[in-house]
Amino acid sequence: MNSKTNKIVEPGTYFLMGNEACALGAVVAGCRFFAFYPITPANEIAEYISKLLPKVKGIYIQMEDEISSIASVIGASWTGRKAMTATSGPGFTLMQENIGYAVATETPCVVVDVQRCGPSTGTPPLPMQGDLFQAKYGSHSEYPIIALAPSSVGEMFTLTIEAFNLAETYRTPVILLSDAIVGHLMETVEIPDVSKIKIVERRLPKKGSESTYFLDENVAPMPIFGLGYKTHVTGSTHDERGFRNVEDPVYVDKVVKALHRKIQKHKDQIVKVETKYLNDAEIALLTYGSVARTAAHVVKLARNEGMRVGLVRLITLWPFPDTQVQEIARKVGKIVVMENNLGQVVSKVREFTSKYADVEFLPPRIIGTLHDPDYVMNFIREVYK
Amino acid sequence: MSQARVHPLLIKYARVGAYRQPHCPGCGNGIVAQCMLRAIDELKLNIDKMVFASGIGCSSWIPSPFFNADVLHTTHGRPLAFATGVKLSNPELRVVVFTGDGDSAAIGGNHLIHAARKNIEILTVLINNRIYGMTGGQVAPTTPHGMKTRTTPYGNLEYPFDLCKLVEAAGASYVARWTTFHTKQLVSSMKKGLLKKGFSFIEVMSQCPVQYGAFIGVRDPAELLLTFKDISVSVEKAKTMSPEELEGKIVIGEFVDREREGLTEAYQRLLMEMEP
Repeated sequence: MNSKTNKIVEPGTYFLMGNEACALGAVVAGCRFFAFYPITPANEIAEYISKLLPKVKGIYIQMEDEISSIASVIGASWTGRKAMTATSGPGFTLMQENIGYAVATETPCVVVDVQRCGPSTGTPPLPMQGDLFQAKYGSHSEYPIIALAPSSVGEMFTLTIEAFNLAETYRTPVILLSDAIVGHLMETVEIPDVSKIKIVERRLPKKGSESTYFLDENVAPMPIFGLGYKTHVTGSTHDERGFRNVEDPVYVDKVVKALHRKIQKHKDQIVKVETKYLNDAEIALLTYGSVARTAAHVVKLARNEGMRVGLVRLITLWPFPDTQVQEIARKVGKIVVMENNLGQVVSKVREFTSKYADVEFLPPRIIGTLHDPDYVMNFIREVYK
Repeated sequence: MSQARVHPLLIKYARVGAYRQPHCPGCGNGIVAQCMLRAIDELKLNIDKMVFASGIGCSSWIPSPFFNADVLHTTHGRPLAFATGVKLSNPELRVVVFTGDGDSAAIGGNHLIHAARKNIEILTVLINNRIYGMTGGQVAPTTPHGMKTRTTPYGNLEYPFDLCKLVEAAGASYVARWTTFHTKQLVSSMKKGLLKKGFSFIEVMSQCPVQYGAFIGVRDPAELLLTFKDISVSVEKAKTMSPEELEGKIVIGEFVDREREGLTEAYQRLLMEMEP
């Protein structure tokens, strides 16, 4: 971290909006290119970062739509800049084709999706956790992705940094799956001495000895434009040198599997799950993002009533923390999945735990709102019997 | 390959292992490729400080993977958006976009308009063959009115775009149109575009003997080239002609050549001003 960044973010206690903390985290992580198209509830990220970036020789640009926003981010990344865009549901949908391109071309970048209510235009300022599967399956065909879910303003800062570190480490787009609650929430954040924060930088190929730049399950070094690497980057099926081959299915097999293995092989280093009060728990509330805030509160209420309830918070949503969730299921025997939707992550939880635990699903009474703690408590009392 | 006679530009600028052209015999893309390499060669530009971006379609295979340089072969219609990120991020790089009429007049039309409006320092070469060649000869936004194509079996009900007028109105610094017959003019126009501040746009009317040629009943590339010669009218002469006289003609020449600050230059100025 250079001294210029330190000047922008002195250590201390800040009162910030989640979206502002995300922008700050990005700049601390080394983000020097941000492209955007206005959309609620993600606008504050752009407003904040448009002030910050020119102070650190960074580029802020408003593009004509979300398709071009992610496209310019990918272009910027190939010049060696850490790059990010932010959006919400409809914009995230428009970005999907180029997110697939970033996966296929192994281009590091960060996409923030401040989820809102849908389908379609829906209700822009209200929160919903509707994009879990879009984050993984939104672009066509078969590909891996990394997605993280922040639960607080503090995590909008730290997980944005983490998103950049993962993107650079594994040469992949990383999705920060926030929502309108966490994005618009204001709370105090402790910003540490940013020079002590771990920042991952890109590995460039050694000239002469490293001449393949793609499809290495241990992550190929990434050339950047303008340094004489003469890189060929294509979203078409290609080999390790980047040469297109759209005739032989063997290459399709190679690309799909190499991209998949690159993430799967490093799953244990990527995946983060937070647990609380699990040692003696008979029921685990499993959740993520904004809903985890209510769940944490409910766990305390339940403990006060003598019910042994624990908390599982998925920080990494993709790759799905399958082994971690399975271990928890073996211990507790009963899992209540809380999400602000009609049941998305619950299907993944069931896939890996149905042998070991009963899995119940609890959406909020009204989709688009946070779970009412009393409502959750009544549900837990029923399940606990 | 070693026994064959190889064009000197090929030896100098082609990526090893990518000599074989993917285009159909008689396609105009090879002519455009050669004109670009000639322009680069005559200007003695360092190709390592150039980035070639392209989209999806026949024309996008001009630099990809053929040019031995940094090449960004992107998604359909989006090369200008990718290139915008490249150019803004590293102003030292000379950025050239190869695109087609399907790529940047249809699916990516919005990016063309906004790249021109932003006046970003990118040279865009749009190869217009007036049809969707790669996908089998479907109607394009540049197909002449009344023409039969694979998807207009009863004739095209729509009218074609005048892309040069569009880009001019959007604010580009340099706008020109040539055909694959006018290679000398094309090379000098490309040289101008490569050195220009702001957005440069060159539309190249190009022959597609396989698809377009099949529908008009002329499959001989040479004949198609000679037709370009016959129906081309210089921009100066066109000013003296009536709309009826211009029917079916191709107006060639430079439409715009103006000095205007480009976006990258403006952004660099902002960064200088922001320095403490």
